[in-house]
Amino acid sequence: MKEEKIENIGTSEPKQEKLLEVKDLKVSFFTPVGEVKAVDGISYELNYDEVMGIVGESGSGKSVEAYSIIGLLQSPGKVVGGSIKFEGQDVLDWDKKRMRAFRGNQISMIFQNPMTCLNPVYTVGNQMVEALRCHHKEISKAEAKEKAVEMLKLVGINNAEKRVDQYPHELSGGMRQRVMIAMALICSPKVLIADEPTTALDVTIQAQILELMKDLQKKTHMAIIFITHNLGVVAEICDRVSVMYAGHIVEQGTCQDVFYHPHHPYTLGLLRSMPKIDAESYERLIPIEGTPVDLLNPPAGCSFGPRCEHCMKICLTQKPPLVPVGENNHIAACWLLQKDAILAGKKEAEQNG
Amino acid sequence: MLEYVLKRVGMAFLTVLIIACITFLMMNAIPGSPFLNERSQPPEVLAALEAKYGLDKPLYQQLWNYLTSFVQGDMGVSLKMQKNRDVAEIIFEKFPVSVKVGGWAILNAIVCGIPLGCLAAYNRGKWVDSVLRIITTAGVAIPSFVVCTVLLIVFGVKLSILPTMGLDSWQNYLMPCFALSFYPMCYIARLMRSSMLDVINQDYIRTARAKGVAPVMLIFKHALRNSLIPVITYLGPMVAYTVTGGFVVETVFSIPGLGRYFIQSILARDYPIIMGTTIFLSILIIVMNLLVDIAYKIVDPRISFTKGGE
Amino acid sequence: MPESKVKLGSLQVDVDPVLNAGCSFTAADFEPASQEEKASMVVIKKRMSYWQDAWRRLRQNTVAMVALGVIIAITIFAFIGPSFVPYTYSEQIRGSENLSPMTYSEKEIEAMAAGEEVFPHVFGTDTLGRDLLVRVMYGSRISMTVGVTASLIVLVIGSIYGSVSGFIGGKVDDVMMRIVELIYSIPDVLVVLLLQVVLKDPLTELFDTSTSPFIESLSGIGVGLFSIFITFALLYWVGMSRIVRGQVLMLKKQEFVMAAQCLGASNKKIIKRHLLPNCIGQIVVTTCLQIPSAIFLESFLSFLGLGVSAPLASLGSLASDGLGGIYSYAYRLIIPSVVLSVMILSLNLFGDGLRDALDPRLKK
Repeated sequence: MKEEKIENIGTSEPKQEKLLEVKDLKVSFFTPVGEVKAVDGISYELNYDEVMGIVGESGSGKSVEAYSIIGLLQSPGKVVGGSIKFEGQDVLDWDKKRMRAFRGNQISMIFQNPMTCLNPVYTVGNQMVEALRCHHKEISKAEAKEKAVEMLKLVGINNAEKRVDQYPHELSGGMRQRVMIAMALICSPKVLIADEPTTALDVTIQAQILELMKDLQKKTHMAIIFITHNLGVVAEICDRVSVMYAGHIVEQGTCQDVFYHPHHPYTLGLLRSMPKIDAESYERLIPIEGTPVDLLNPPAGCSFGPRCEHCMKICLTQKPPLVPVGENNHIAACWLLQKDAILAGKKEAEQNG
Repeated sequence: MLEYVLKRVGMAFLTVLIIACITFLMMNAIPGSPFLNERSQPPEVLAALEAKYGLDKPLYQQLWNYLTSFVQGDMGVSLKMQKNRDVAEIIFEKFPVSVKVGGWAILNAIVCGIPLGCLAAYNRGKWVDSVLRIITTAGVAIPSFVVCTVLLIVFGVKLSILPTMGLDSWQNYLMPCFALSFYPMCYIARLMRSSMLDVINQDYIRTARAKGVAPVMLIFKHALRNSLIPVITYLGPMVAYTVTGGFVVETVFSIPGLGRYFIQSILARDYPIIMGTTIFLSILIIVMNLLVDIAYKIVDPRISFTKGGE
Repeated sequence: MPESKVKLGSLQVDVDPVLNAGCSFTAADFEPASQEEKASMVVIKKRMSYWQDAWRRLRQNTVAMVALGVIIAITIFAFIGPSFVPYTYSEQIRGSENLSPMTYSEKEIEAMAAGEEVFPHVFGTDTLGRDLLVRVMYGSRISMTVGVTASLIVLVIGSIYGSVSGFIGGKVDDVMMRIVELIYSIPDVLVVLLLQVVLKDPLTELFDTSTSPFIESLSGIGVGLFSIFITFALLYWVGMSRIVRGQVLMLKKQEFVMAAQCLGASNKKIIKRHLLPNCIGQIVVTTCLQIPSAIFLESFLSFLGLGVSAPLASLGSLASDGLGGIYSYAYRLIIPSVVLSVMILSLNLFGDGLRDALDPRLKK
């Protein structure tokens, strides 16, 4: 089935439609105390065989938008605007049954805490077979179990034949995350959403899992949406990156561009705040001042404004639009970037009368 | 596993022994031996008791005598209610009656309680859930005798559609069994509901959803088994409740079971019956608790079989 | 890794879309914003203390508030009510036997015709002509008192046992918890019944012959109730001891960790502000929920004839009395049962509400 998968996706021929196109997505949570605008209009594209990183702090909305794509958003959360197009079709228009056929089959997701993500009363094999057979009912249980063992080997679990009959509590955290990955890939999905898969693991295990994911991505050519708050991880594995803050994308581009030529003050702040391994011991860490935004009462202007050292009056009243700031679709949303150009443009307009 | 079972059996045995001792001591160690307190006892009876229990011997010897006879099935004879009739015989005559009522009650509690709890959890926040929560909250608060008497008044007296005493026909079983099952049924429903709500919010349910599993399978395969685990731990106390709740139900509905007999023997101060029945019922409850504990370990693979668990 | 010295605003940016959108910008808009302007954009939530927060949650819980109201109403009914009714609970009025609620006997009708004021028998009377309203009031009083007293006994014994066990730890803790396990496995109702039987004679003797004023005051309670209290003192404190022990262990762990890190005296404040409220919260809720349990048990025993002794009446014994006349005088059974059920139900609901309010991890 692996060979099939590579043929299906096919890196050599450029596809007509994009694999995943998110346009102006808006998601809100209707809580008893009010509407929390978790995602307030984000857009990005995911190509085949591409790894997109989504970076942001807790509460930035990165997980929420992923849940909307895969259809796991539960009340009181609701998609209130925008579209999510998977190979040209709008996922938000699908009914529940179609969504279920899609979920786990063409798109899979792995989550943050592998310790609690597997059902404790069923064996690993049982749960993997279920993942396969609920989309491919024609496969027999025996065949499915063989496939499960094969997948376990693929993700680097030793003694796969024995492990497949074990219960989750008999496996370590790193192993459970590998099982999760194997389970997510068992139907050969085109997209894998990884929601902070390494955050809850030890650093050494983190490195192993990242290596594994890079390896698998090269082998299977599937696209990955990698959600994290760790810039180091993004640099390791991602091709492109979107930086999110308070439900908005504030900067987006290739990893090279965003890391070496950051344009948004928030991105800059994130990069600057990372402790450097070669720093002198007396050098202080540089945090981003201020507290995260209250999404119940978001500020009228740029959400990052109150925390930004370059904040201008306009930043507090108007939301900056995303404008291109470089090649390869590098965009950022900041008034400071447009200040000179706008003022110059205005002068010109005035002069022209 | 074996180690655990042996340890629990040991504890159970110890508990029964302690209860037997406590019971015996209470009967005999208080001022004025109960056996001698009866002014109306003819001297031959007293002599017979002396010979049998050795009332002049030291206490531990009496206890030993009693215990050894007990294990052989000899619990003495009734002194008041059915003079000179073997206590063991009486118990084994009356006990099956109680088992019939109690057994149906337990069955009803489980068969109705679990689905009702699932229903409430699945429809959380809607009117079905609210109605069920009101009924079950009332059900665990209202004393069993109130339930019995309400049923009695409504169906037995005012509407007169159900018989109010005895166990002659199947209609006789309806009210007592329902009354006895009401408290455990409501308790199980509440337990099931909260357990299910807990489970539904767990990460592994989210994983199953992400895999594309159908909602029906989510509930029945993934959620149910995990939700049942806390309910199983309630089974032991439920048996204890059914035994003691039976006292009230049998009294109200005049059912000739062991429970009602026990209460009557307490009021009549028939000590051999009190002792025999107490120890018998204690053994029953403790054994059931033991079985439930073992079953719990089997159902939840996470629990390790040594002390300390996970 | 990236440089941290990139200048912003250095690239040529395409701003035509913005200009064409028609927003009017002035140079002033692009002046830096002051600290105050920035701060005004940030809404800071009011900080409340743990207890204020809990109280607010409790107040918002309608069910719990209604239950509290009912509890207060019943308490007033039980303790202050009798002063409004001219009958006493043991007063047998000749000629007024077996009256239905709100009816009068012939004698009373005559008296009223003669111009006398006769207080109506709101709940009727029993076979001996005792006014049921007053008896229900007294019954409620007894039930509530038993509930509260038993809970206090459980609280005191359980707390002491649990905190000692948790504090000392080690082998002593092990042994003490083994004992708790053992007590847990003893079927409580059977022991209660046994105690009722066994203690009756010695206690009666004690009460009759003793001269100490302490014992005399206790004798007012009656043998049945006293046995209930002894049972509680012997068996029911185990649940509370487990909870208290758990809290003490948690406190110990915190102190140990802090001592190891040598963080200083300020952490005593942390214990006070965060840990203690949680501990006390648990204990308060458990005690509160123990009260209806105790009332439940007492009514069960009284119904079977093993609780309070005549002429004292508790709601359970009143119901039991009423059982005999169920065909003709159903109200004698219904009224005490209803009052008892409402009492236990509202105590349970309030206890539940209290638990939801004090537990920050609100469930369902």
